[in-house]
Amino acid sequence: MLSLSHVSVSYDGHEAVRDVTLDLADGHVLAVLGPSGSGKSTLLRAIAGLEPARGTITWDGRSLAGVPTHKRGFALMFQDGQLFEHLSVGRNVGYSLRLRRAPGRAARVAELLDLVGLAGYADRMPATLSGGERQRVALARALAVEPRLLLLDEPLSALDAGLRERLAGDLRRILQAAGTTALLVTHDQEEAFAVADRLAVMRDGRLVQEGDAAQVWAAPVDADTALFLGYAHVLEGAAARRLLDGTTLDQRDEPRVAVRRSALVLDDAGPIRATVAWARATPDVVRLVVVADGIGELDAVAPLDRHPGPGEPVRLRLDATRLAVMPGQ
Amino acid sequence: MTTARPVGRPLALLALGALPLAVMAVFFVLPVSGMVSRGFSDGAGPVLDVLGRPRVHRVLWFTVWSAAAATAVSVALGLPAAFALHLLSWPGRRVVRAALLVPFVLPTVVVGVAFRQLLGESGPLGFLGLDGTAAGIVAGLAFFNVAVVIRTVGAAWESLDPRAGEAAAALGAAPLTVFRTVTLPALRPAIVSSATVVFLFCATGFGVVLTMGGLRYSSVETEIYLLTTNLLDLQAAAALSILQLVVVTVLLALAARVRVATAVRRTVSRPRRPRRGDAPVLAATGLLLAMVAAPIATLVVGSLRHEGHWTTANYRALGTPGTALLVPVTDALVTSLRTAVDATWMSLLLGGLVSVVVTRRSHGRAERRLRATFDGLFMLPLGVSAVTLGFGFLITLGSFRDDPLLVPIAQALVALPLVVRTLAPVLGGVDDRLRQAAASLGAGPLRQFLTVDLPVVWKPLLAAAGFAFAVSLGEFGATSFLARDEHPTLPVVIFRLIGHPGAMNYGMALAASVVLAAATTVVMLLVERLRVPSIGSF
Repeated sequence: MLSLSHVSVSYDGHEAVRDVTLDLADGHVLAVLGPSGSGKSTLLRAIAGLEPARGTITWDGRSLAGVPTHKRGFALMFQDGQLFEHLSVGRNVGYSLRLRRAPGRAARVAELLDLVGLAGYADRMPATLSGGERQRVALARALAVEPRLLLLDEPLSALDAGLRERLAGDLRRILQAAGTTALLVTHDQEEAFAVADRLAVMRDGRLVQEGDAAQVWAAPVDADTALFLGYAHVLEGAAARRLLDGTTLDQRDEPRVAVRRSALVLDDAGPIRATVAWARATPDVVRLVVVADGIGELDAVAPLDRHPGPGEPVRLRLDATRLAVMPGQ
Repeated sequence: MTTARPVGRPLALLALGALPLAVMAVFFVLPVSGMVSRGFSDGAGPVLDVLGRPRVHRVLWFTVWSAAAATAVSVALGLPAAFALHLLSWPGRRVVRAALLVPFVLPTVVVGVAFRQLLGESGPLGFLGLDGTAAGIVAGLAFFNVAVVIRTVGAAWESLDPRAGEAAAALGAAPLTVFRTVTLPALRPAIVSSATVVFLFCATGFGVVLTMGGLRYSSVETEIYLLTTNLLDLQAAAALSILQLVVVTVLLALAARVRVATAVRRTVSRPRRPRRGDAPVLAATGLLLAMVAAPIATLVVGSLRHEGHWTTANYRALGTPGTALLVPVTDALVTSLRTAVDATWMSLLLGGLVSVVVTRRSHGRAERRLRATFDGLFMLPLGVSAVTLGFGFLITLGSFRDDPLLVPIAQALVALPLVVRTLAPVLGGVDDRLRQAAASLGAGPLRQFLTVDLPVVWKPLLAAAGFAFAVSLGEFGATSFLARDEHPTLPVVIFRLIGHPGAMNYGMALAASVVLAAATTVVMLLVERLRVPSIGSF
């Protein structure tokens, strides 16, 4: 189990990571999610032993202070793979096995390549691979270490959207199959959601929220976190009360409500009246921007067969699973 | 709170840097400061008085303007050649590229002899009356350094993204406008950087000015030599050495600032076939080739003539001591080669360590600054007068005079900046995350180096070895002080031969120059075959 206690990292007097305390149990995949500059990559580098850090980092209760990177047993995988270009795919994957003089290397390499969906690629050179294939090789190479902890630094960010989605699913399956404990750093919430079962949100070097992925998603701790997690708007005060009117949701004195883009659905019997400001069809749904009476500007969706024009009055229904009520400040 | 600092990092770097630092302290700082402090033995007054002497003013002025003129000529001739040799593809391109690199490693003494042979009264260009003139010296200096411009600017030009120019063309810019508004600004750092280095080399050029300028023209460097050896005026020599050190340090700092902006990029555009519009550029390159070839050709022709006949007598005479020497020239050649081997491994060892230390990723600003200082320190031999170094060796390490390693050490220090400038950009271009990936896979520091750095650096390492070998073969300034009379190196022998009257001695000097030039050329052709882009660029 990885435990961080009051870990801080500073660069030239600037604190990139401030007082982070975090546990990661064996077999779990934790995504550290945060905008660029939030200190998430620095945290990962500190865990890998690449940055000097204050505080304590332990594995199974044993401190890692003074243990160099190559003796921590944590494999690292980078955004752009960082394959050894002069070695074949097979030799890249088998690199750590050769270092440990492990027997049965060829079989293990074949097995790993099979796991990442690159069976038969052993003799190819990295330069001949596509971006997605390179990342798969990098993953196989990291898994070959049988790492106590796999550290992934934006592993899919360099890939294009479709490939990223497919690989994210594969990554989750592979990590689960191998039972690997992993820590993934990303700025992409979809990637985090697709791969991880636990989520930690970082901002300005601080850990602002941590927990089960679905739970963090359903209950962001504050407005900034909600917006970062993909909620489109955060409503406060009268607007929030008005939106929650007639629902069974928790209505405190000063509620704040984070609303996803698809939380309001066009419904002629719905309780909320609004005027369409803008509408655009997408392959799945018609997206609307509406001005709701007493609430203000919000996003909404309509089925594809309904395409209201700007200025048209509409009625909307609230999908309570697509919003999060947060404690007031 | 406990500290999770990765152990030993600063310590390991210190250990790597310790050897070069120690060598630098004993064999560079000690001799140079010994030489300088000798000049200050009567206090600072007499030293400052030296700077008021009219002759010193003349020397300074000549140094500055001749170096500036030679720099301008080098840039003007180097730019078209850089384009033709790096962006155009034509048969013989590689050979011409290698040929134009030869002058840079040609021993200064050989260049001096070749230019005298070309411009002298009986030479093919004797009618120009340039022998012993300032114009002749400028031509000699430019001959030497045009390769630096070609290399540095050519490498930068090659790695320019052609799409910026294409975008400008699509916006309606004519080719010349594209060059003026897009290409030239992008190349400016490389041009300024190479011009700075060329100026530095010209201003500290020794052999060329000494052999061609005679007593009429003297640069700071040759003046230090004359003051030290002929006049024994150490105060004046020290004053000039300090002045030179200050100016050189400023220039190096400027060059380093410019260099930051031109990190090595890996993208290299494919050279294209020449078009009709490229004719002027190709013609200019041809002219440059002729200008480089002429002195060398005259040298070769001169070495094959004796008393108006074609003969190999000059070469056959190399096996005998002749009238001017203690040992045959062939012995000097063997000494030169042996010395060069020693100087090469020394400069590679030191330069390799320095390059590793200066290119490792820094944690924090203070560490970065420390590294930059370290880097700058090892560039100093580039500008400190080799004469100062040589004479400093003599007065501070005189008791080791008979040690056969003294000359190689001095030469290794002279070659050190070139080795570092060849290796450091390559090591610096390696993504540090590759090393981190290797570390996370269980590779220790040594294994990381073998897996990540060595595959990238072995070719530049070989190239740097060749470069250091060639520089050592031709080194004259420091060696002229340190070489023992019974074991002279080839450049020392050549200088001694041209200083002695007699047609046979002069003929032997020409023949020895050809041998020396041939040796360095062969080494450089081998280096060129390695196709290392950073070689000879600054």
